[in-house]
Amino acid sequence: MLTRRIIPCLDVKAGRVVKGVAFLNHRDAGDPVALAAAYNEAGADELVFYDITASSDERAIMVEVVERTAEQVFIPLTVGGGIRSTDDMYRMLRAGADKVSINTAAVLNPRLIAEGAQRFGSQCIVLSIDARRVSAPGEPPRWAVFTHTGANPRPTGLDAIAWARRGAELGAGEICINSMDADGQKTGYDLALLRAVAEAVPVPVIASGGVGNPEHMYQGLSEGLADAVLAASIFHFGEYSVAEVKQYLRERGVPVRGA
Amino acid sequence: MPMAVINYGAGNLPNVVRALRHVGADLVVTDDPAVIRAAPAVVLPGVGATADTMRSLRELGIAEVLPEVVAAGRPFLGICVGMQVLLSASEEFGLHPCLDIVAGTVRRLPASAGKVPQIGWNQVRFAPAHAGHPLLADIPDGSDFYFVHSYFCDVADPALVAGTTTYGTPFPSVMIRDNLAAVQFHPEKSGKWGLRLLANFVSYAMGHAGNRTHPHQHQSLQI
Repeated sequence: MLTRRIIPCLDVKAGRVVKGVAFLNHRDAGDPVALAAAYNEAGADELVFYDITASSDERAIMVEVVERTAEQVFIPLTVGGGIRSTDDMYRMLRAGADKVSINTAAVLNPRLIAEGAQRFGSQCIVLSIDARRVSAPGEPPRWAVFTHTGANPRPTGLDAIAWARRGAELGAGEICINSMDADGQKTGYDLALLRAVAEAVPVPVIASGGVGNPEHMYQGLSEGLADAVLAASIFHFGEYSVAEVKQYLRERGVPVRGA
Repeated sequence: MPMAVINYGAGNLPNVVRALRHVGADLVVTDDPAVIRAAPAVVLPGVGATADTMRSLRELGIAEVLPEVVAAGRPFLGICVGMQVLLSASEEFGLHPCLDIVAGTVRRLPASAGKVPQIGWNQVRFAPAHAGHPLLADIPDGSDFYFVHSYFCDVADPALVAGTTTYGTPFPSVMIRDNLAAVQFHPEKSGKWGLRLLANFVSYAMGHAGNRTHPHQHQSLQI
């Protein structure tokens, strides 16, 4: 049986791991290569490096981080952040990434999804979506897509569910859906958002934003219908181990990868 | 002499090479049919579509070399699409011929499987007849491996199916016929059991090369 994936996500800036709370107030939590190796040994099913670097000099550092990781960690690795062209994708894939995650660049140029899928295969292209609930209380829920999340998120005018569907049609092999409302709050994923996306697209959905404990992951995988769960701070600061999360899920009948 | 890892532009080539080197393989990355023909062992990586892969292998003059290499008894490992192209034909984007080294057809995973492609870790159940094969040494039955695929190998001869995985339908995830081995999953991305399988192949290939050089000397294939 296909197992559900537990994916630690490392935010990387200038070659160091940081983790934002609601994308702000970054704290330094160490060397990405060492952390990747540790997560591999701890039973993580996959890893995500999210490059929050601003300058091109620092991007070159990211390529080197990916190369060093790929030399010693033999589980799937996704790299996101700052990927704007198929040449950017190629640089990360050649360095050893298995997938690239695109977000703002895909909103600005949806053809990038199709071009990436055509050049490297859909399995390499993850469409990452930052969504915020915009419906009033009592209305049927609606979520809008934002870019440049952080201090100044910009509305795109796109409906999150429609954009997820379009992304899959264009060739995205997976959809990573991040709730901006839940992100950093540790109160659980936005389950209605997850479920709406999972029911709308024929490709795997990765839940992101808001996880504070293993129960939240269980909810994301059961009620939220997600195929995989992304988490950062609860792992990085040792609040829970990957093994504890898997044990919790296993006890509740969720198939997870064994040791 | 180093084993040949075939370079025809497959996306996972660099990671296959990294993983093989990590387990101690002496290898050369090559698209030269002469080098492949002379190599003591051959690895065919793969990601993507069978039609594209077959086109690349034909253009490079590699397609006609591979049946020779396999027939000559050289240890051979096909990975993912590198497994699929070994079959007679593929239904992906219209029925087209493949290498026809193993009888069978590459078919799409059934819609009943749920989401296609299958992306993630799934269990491999070993066939009792193959459980003792050196390629599978020290790997527990039912171990999880990492899969990314929309198509599977419908192998005509069930005796060649050394490992089975279920996604909508049971499908061959490991195929073994004498010196020929192939896996539908990505051992280069399957953590410790993937590395173990690659190490087993390297060990098998080295033992085989040793046997070729010193025909009177019995070498253990175990590691």
